[in-house]
Amino acid sequence: MESIPRIVPLVVVFPIIGLIINLFWGRRLGEKGAGWVASVAALLSFAMSLALAGYLVSNNFQAAIVNPPLIGEWIHIASANVNIPWQMRVDTLSVTMLLVVTGVGSIIHIYAIGYMHGDERFARFFAYLNLFLAFMLILVLGNNFLMMFVGWEGVGLSSFLLIGFWFDKAKGEGLKNSNAAKKAFIVNRVGDFGVLMSIFLMFWTFSTLDFFKPGEVVNTHLAEVSHGEEAAAEEAEAATPEDESHDAEAAAAEGEHGEVVALTSNDHLELSEMGVFGQAERMLEDNQDVTFGPITLSLKTTITLITLFMLLGVTGKSAQIPLFVWLPDAMAGPTPVSALIHAATMVTAGVYIMTRSNVLFVEASFTSFLVAIIGAGTAIMAGYIAIAQWDIKRVLAYSTISQLGFMVAAVGVGAYSAAMFHLVTHAFFKALLFLGSGSVIHGMEHGHHHVHEDEHGADHDDDFDPQDMRFMGGLITKMPLTYLAYIIGTLALAGIFPLAGFWSKDEILADAFTHGSDGHADGWIVLVLLLLAAGFTAFYMWRQVEMVFHGKPRSEAAAHASESPVIMTGPLMALAFLSIVGGFLNTPSILGLDQIFGLHRMTTWLEQSVVNAHAGEFQPLIAIIALGLALGAIAVARSVYGGEKAVTEDGSDPLAKGATAGLWQMAHTRLHWDEFYDAIAVRPYNATAYFLANIVDWEFLHDYIHNAIIGRGFKGLGDVLSKPVDLGIIDGVVNGVGSVIRRLADWMRQSQSGYVRLYAISFLLGVVLVLIILLIPMINQ
Amino acid sequence: MEIGIGAYVVLSAVLFTLGALGVMLRRNAIIVFMSVELMLNAANLAFVAFARQFNDVNGHLFVFFVITVAAAEVGIGLALIVAIFRTKKSINIDSMNQLKG
Amino acid sequence: MAEVSNSLSLVTVVLFLPVVGLLVLLFMREKTQLETIKWTAFGFSLATFIASILMLIAYDSGEAGLQLAERHDWLPQFNISYYVAVDGLSILLVLLTTFIMPLAILSSFRMGVLQERGREKLYYIFMLLMEWAMIGVFVAQDLFLFYVFWEVTLVPMYFLIGIWGAEERIYAAVKFFLYTVAGSILMLLAILFVGNKAGTFALPEILAMLQSGDLSFPMDGLLSTQSLLFLGFLIAFAVKVPIWPLHSWLPDAHVQAPTAGSVVLAGILLKMGTYGIVRFNLALFPEASLDWAPIIAVFAIIGIIYGAWVSYAQTDVKKLVAYSSVSHLGFVVLGIFALNAQGIQGGILQMVNHGISTGGLFLLVGMLYERRHTKALDAFGGIWKVMPVFGGISLVVVLSSMGLPGLNGFVGEFTILLGSFGSEHFNGVLYTFFATLGIILAAAYMLLMFQKVFMGELDKEENRNLPQLHWQELAVLIPIVIVIFLIGIQPSPFFNLMDASVGELVARVGEAATTIASAAP
Repeated sequence: MESIPRIVPLVVVFPIIGLIINLFWGRRLGEKGAGWVASVAALLSFAMSLALAGYLVSNNFQAAIVNPPLIGEWIHIASANVNIPWQMRVDTLSVTMLLVVTGVGSIIHIYAIGYMHGDERFARFFAYLNLFLAFMLILVLGNNFLMMFVGWEGVGLSSFLLIGFWFDKAKGEGLKNSNAAKKAFIVNRVGDFGVLMSIFLMFWTFSTLDFFKPGEVVNTHLAEVSHGEEAAAEEAEAATPEDESHDAEAAAAEGEHGEVVALTSNDHLELSEMGVFGQAERMLEDNQDVTFGPITLSLKTTITLITLFMLLGVTGKSAQIPLFVWLPDAMAGPTPVSALIHAATMVTAGVYIMTRSNVLFVEASFTSFLVAIIGAGTAIMAGYIAIAQWDIKRVLAYSTISQLGFMVAAVGVGAYSAAMFHLVTHAFFKALLFLGSGSVIHGMEHGHHHVHEDEHGADHDDDFDPQDMRFMGGLITKMPLTYLAYIIGTLALAGIFPLAGFWSKDEILADAFTHGSDGHADGWIVLVLLLLAAGFTAFYMWRQVEMVFHGKPRSEAAAHASESPVIMTGPLMALAFLSIVGGFLNTPSILGLDQIFGLHRMTTWLEQSVVNAHAGEFQPLIAIIALGLALGAIAVARSVYGGEKAVTEDGSDPLAKGATAGLWQMAHTRLHWDEFYDAIAVRPYNATAYFLANIVDWEFLHDYIHNAIIGRGFKGLGDVLSKPVDLGIIDGVVNGVGSVIRRLADWMRQSQSGYVRLYAISFLLGVVLVLIILLIPMINQ
Repeated sequence: MEIGIGAYVVLSAVLFTLGALGVMLRRNAIIVFMSVELMLNAANLAFVAFARQFNDVNGHLFVFFVITVAAAEVGIGLALIVAIFRTKKSINIDSMNQLKG
Repeated sequence: MAEVSNSLSLVTVVLFLPVVGLLVLLFMREKTQLETIKWTAFGFSLATFIASILMLIAYDSGEAGLQLAERHDWLPQFNISYYVAVDGLSILLVLLTTFIMPLAILSSFRMGVLQERGREKLYYIFMLLMEWAMIGVFVAQDLFLFYVFWEVTLVPMYFLIGIWGAEERIYAAVKFFLYTVAGSILMLLAILFVGNKAGTFALPEILAMLQSGDLSFPMDGLLSTQSLLFLGFLIAFAVKVPIWPLHSWLPDAHVQAPTAGSVVLAGILLKMGTYGIVRFNLALFPEASLDWAPIIAVFAIIGIIYGAWVSYAQTDVKKLVAYSSVSHLGFVVLGIFALNAQGIQGGILQMVNHGISTGGLFLLVGMLYERRHTKALDAFGGIWKVMPVFGGISLVVVLSSMGLPGLNGFVGEFTILLGSFGSEHFNGVLYTFFATLGIILAAAYMLLMFQKVFMGELDKEENRNLPQLHWQELAVLIPIVIVIFLIGIQPSPFFNLMDASVGELVARVGEAATTIASAAP
């Protein structure tokens, strides 16, 4: 039993093997081979995850920390006390994510075999999917923030590759796709900046980045719960950490649970033996100051800063205000990608990391407030925009943003368990909806080809867009299985009892209510905004159903659309099943359902690793209001779009006219977020870049400073030296000597007559002269 | 009668002066050449006379050298004169002033 | 300190193997033995690499001081000696040099400009001369010897740019030469001053004298002796790095240099500057380093942001990569002047990383240039479709340069920023905030380049039939990709190599800080 966690590196290794096989031999494997290699890799990871989950259940949820073999230390600087290992963590939170990622991931892999059929880079696509899985698994398995960050940026990379997968499409589509990919990466980098800053802050506060260290008890509160007489889980939450640790210690001394949980507190550990969260709890007890070089901050402020920076990262990865703008564009990727990355898994990484860091977020009340507001604001804003979109996937994209807003808001009001619960159910039904929309697009394309098969050489209808809902309609008869799946997904998302969305959404609302009742204003704000957003959700989803499936076909393609193959509908059915039953993972005590499915199963499971997880109390009133709102919204949508009225004759939305025109238009233009960023960020950045590059660096530094001042100055100095100084003085001297010699030579040259006799005479005279000189001394003697 | 050293020296000086004057005044290259020979032999005479006077064999030695050099000089000189004559059709020494500066 | 021996050390072997190769080349005839010349040059650079691996094996990473030292009198009347050794600060850079040079030489085999302009023998001689001088810079332990090597590197690079460069090669070569020489003259003055005052040019002896107090350079204010000496060294190094705003020569030199020249320039030559700062400025003048650190760090941060921003607006691929060096080396300088172990180790590792990833980028740009004979961004688009392998390798190198976690660039950048964040000598939080913004900008320009070259529709006829990578090109790129992953996933052995030496250096600076603190109550 002990050795089971050691298989955890395999969870990551399988997708990597799949990636390598597809990268190098993918073309030779052919479509079937490549697709199944990748899918089997995902399935094997899923099997490993199941084994790990089984291990946790049978081992009393004891978390395990595993150092993968072969690669051990990562960044280890002995003299600087930096030790960041490759280390994996198996606990209930990470295994929850594992199961979602590999489970939903496997289904989507299989679906993609059908969806990507005939693509020229088929094997590459699956290599990328495996790459994504590997990074996502690293993200959730890492036992320290930096390893988490590897996955965090790695999934961003995979997302970049997959959004830009069709980078070479004709008619400028390819450029658009690659722009979307680039945008996603860069916007995410803005978030990553925040994550890095929070990592730096954490390192210099706690001198480690580990979540927990081996031997550390994660949830000391839980020890209290299991040892206390009849304490309910809710009460444990209410207690402050200070009371907690003492009681836990006492409980440990009693040793009731001695055989499994040997120690229930961390009091015997040194600070340096604990991870970030344990240290944070301990240090908060006496709220020490933290110094960063010349700056000193109180621990509370530091934690607020850490969480604020982390929140920036979350808004990037989980597509919240203000950084959500990349997600709608990311729909440029193939639909399985949208389902896997941009709905089910990657975008939930932000929620995961906030849940992981719940100890910090709970202490940072300002950040929590901001998280709640951002989440709720995003939920309603995106829900509103989704109402007026034509692109089937774009609606779902905004829906995803909105639902992520629900999760983030849940974290903001301290409902970590509810957030994770919604994360799981959302993964089911949003993946289902995306795959369903993929099936629709697939069917539409088929219909389009079918129509145009006959007219060889004729120009294809250039305006046709298989994703535009205005071309759809009446698909209910053409694609019954897809319709069934889509309806289930829609109802689940809308929060209709007893589908998955109802339970998870309700738990968030209930927690917001409780939070509000505890005297937190943000609880009420979140409650109201989310209720409204839930109404929007039901409305835009039913609008979509009406436009796509009901009524009459509005294009030839829709009229000739055909159902997708089994390899696509099979996964749809699997996800539909999960969307129906997913809600029973965390059933509250209502209608005796908890007798069948167990009470708050997921919360009890999660609180083993999420210190502040707690079960939301079921609020019948809220549940009924939410349900009523959803049903009402569906009824309104049916009356507006039902029958033949889904699209008016001039191809616009019924709501785009009359009293609602202004509101519809505002939503349709997506509140001008893109234009807004274009104006405040992109264009100023570009303009400054050109200014810096061309004016400052080139014309000023290069041409002016260098060429004009330094270069010409140098040359000018040279000119001064060469003309007045060199020519005038030095040359003057030299030339002067030269001309004197020349004149002398001219004069002397005259003696060179060329007559030998004259030379002889001069010889003679010379001899005589010499003789005279020799003789003079003699004469004197 | 013993002829004294003075007579030899005077003869030598006379011959040398004649030779020098010949070199300086005559324009015929052959004659200039002969005058040069005359000067050389005047010097030879002086050498021999002094060698005899001082009983030193070095004087004789030098005379042999001078004779050899003179012979070589005549050889080269005549060859030059022939070459010049071929180009200039004259052996007038004043027509040979191409080295004029 | 390990004992200094007179007998032949592996360091000398590594240092002089290129010279042996150069001498062998001298006796070959270009007309008849061109292939032999090429492979001999490559062979000797490879042998140098193998020798440096042996040196690495012989190196004991647990020890802080100089190792494998060798010393002979050279000009005893001036106390100048031939003194070479390696320690944790330099061994990685020696390895970087010996690693990059064979690749640069191998990549030259397929360089069109060589066949066009001829004089290939001379070219390979210059390459080996370059290698010798660069290794010399990294192993010299005598100030004067260092200076000689430092200046010698200029000569082959001047000719590499000047003979085999692009259209404006003469301008670029002269500019490169003048800038560097102007900087290094100040360094020469400083070296002569230090050498005279100490009575020796041997760095370890000077350091020992400083330690024992037998020698000191007064430091009271920014115009005192130590400060001026510090600046003398710093300006020479800053030009080479280049620290903003002294970078004006860099885009010219890079754009005009032949591919292999750019690789050597960006990959190794620039590191001489940052290495010099660590080796001389910090060790010799710790007090001045402390005083100047906040100011230089500001320049470094401006360089990070400015370089990235300017890169973004470039239309020439090579120029874009050139400006990215300004940004990347800004990180290195910031790390060094954080003056703590994280910062300096990150800085040294990032020198290696930058050498590999930017060297790789220049190689890739060169390969594109050989195929299309243009470096304009707009001339490409959709190349990934035509050359999938090339596109994939480029992606890895681009990501490494962008600092994607799991690849080498990230480890360096992260460690540097971690160091600067916790630096005690300037406002780490604020400084790091701005420096970290650089990673966003890095993504912007790198992805822009990748997108413009590799993604988008394949709409230009000339790009449709580009040849796939030749095996020689693959042989150049694959080692780079391997090292990118190796350092990215397993950087610990690299940190271990320098840990002891950097620890000693940091202790030296820390001591200075304590002295200053106690002197000024």
